[in-house]
Amino acid sequence: MTPGRTYGTRLPGLPEHSLPGKLIVVEGADGSGRTTEVTLLKQWLEVEGHAVVDTGLRRSTLVAEEIDRAKQGHTLGATTMALLYCVDFADQLENKIIPALSAGSTVLADRYIYTLMARAVVRGASRDWARELYAFALQPDLVVFLEARPEILLHRAIAKYGSLDYWESGMDLSLSRDLFESFFAYQDRLSKEFAWVAAEYGFHRVDANRTADKVHEDVRALVAPLYLPPAARRDPSPPRPTVSRPRRPAASA
Amino acid sequence: MPELPSPTHGFPGRLFVFEGLDGSGKSTQAMLLGKWLQSQGYRVFFTEWNSSELTAATIRRGKKKNLLTPTTFSLLHATDFADRFERKILPPLRAGYVVVCDRYAYTAFVRDAARGCDPAWVRNIYSFAPRPDCVFYFRVPVSVTLQRKIASRLKINYYEAGMDLGLSDDVRDSYQRFQTRLKQEYERMVRTDEFTVIDSSRSVESIQGQLRSIVRPILQNFPMAERLMHDAG
Repeated sequence: MTPGRTYGTRLPGLPEHSLPGKLIVVEGADGSGRTTEVTLLKQWLEVEGHAVVDTGLRRSTLVAEEIDRAKQGHTLGATTMALLYCVDFADQLENKIIPALSAGSTVLADRYIYTLMARAVVRGASRDWARELYAFALQPDLVVFLEARPEILLHRAIAKYGSLDYWESGMDLSLSRDLFESFFAYQDRLSKEFAWVAAEYGFHRVDANRTADKVHEDVRALVAPLYLPPAARRDPSPPRPTVSRPRRPAASA
Repeated sequence: MPELPSPTHGFPGRLFVFEGLDGSGKSTQAMLLGKWLQSQGYRVFFTEWNSSELTAATIRRGKKKNLLTPTTFSLLHATDFADRFERKILPPLRAGYVVVCDRYAYTAFVRDAARGCDPAWVRNIYSFAPRPDCVFYFRVPVSVTLQRKIASRLKINYYEAGMDLGLSDDVRDSYQRFQTRLKQEYERMVRTDEFTVIDSSRSVESIQGQLRSIVRPILQNFPMAERLMHDAG
């Protein structure tokens, strides 16, 4: 890979030397089997002898509580929420992901900046604003994108929580007062946004309408080459996005 | 509703911003101007930097334990500002108030730049914040702000002194160096962001007089509180 490379913005304090670890991201909607896959992948990688550090959204020591509290209150504006999630991500990137990569570990991220960008855009931010906001993030070695049909997501969500979640149904967007309707409308918007992100950032798509075993098989096939010596390796790392960054203001409030 | 939207940001209200180093006298002047505007019958809304309930505790905790990096420092303050902006600045601006801000996005631009964040990245983050009708920049020598700081017997805190940058082990020395950087950033923006420069060395009364004479023409034909209430009804 090209270790320690961000998406365009300099990150103050990022080590000059290359980072020996690997950064693997698993993206996908709630119910896409993402968390199951992360668990399976972690087990497999550890059996293979790699040290794995897992990370995800809303786990920073700095603001995770604030986010939870803000979500309870439902009173935050779209820009504020987007920025609060960004603080959470930045804190984990600098205090967890980069140190782990420096130490040669594999970092397994259960979602990354892409989910945050898609959510922000669905809530009214411009794509340029979101892309530039997260331009300090490290480029992963691999992004696996688990894609599943909305009906499947719905069934898995209900099986998991027994109901639909306020935020995962995008109720804050006032798409519909009906939770069920809102869920479909929101997931539809989100998946359209993800289609853009996936193309732009070179995701490796995996059909997640299937069983966890089948999905895992495909994911392993994508991950395994990362650990081959460079010569034997067919480079699976995502191409850099074609970044053109005109300054356009975010669609505010 | 008010018939004359601001030529700078297009909202019916007006936005006045006070910027400058700590100890430049800007807060006193912002407060005095706000009171005067109110006495003249305008609906005024006053806001300060770093005052939203959402992140205040986190910023305090982060600063106390020195947990913040330049990036998280920048983003936390941006979150705080966005919260204040979305809830407290934008609504009065849209409702036709005169909004007076003691510090605005420019404070972030200077501090984040001094901490090594990419200026273009920071500008993008704050692109939701409209350009004010007028930005008063209080120009003051760094040595004067240090004297005032010492005279006030307030302890110079870690981040205010830019101690996180490792410029110097001595708080006073670090403060001086850091404030000098901030001042350089402000001076750079005088032209690019069309600041109205206020000479801080003059008397409080004479500065206040100057501010009022600058503000008056901007508020010409701008509706008073009374009219807003009746017209809106």
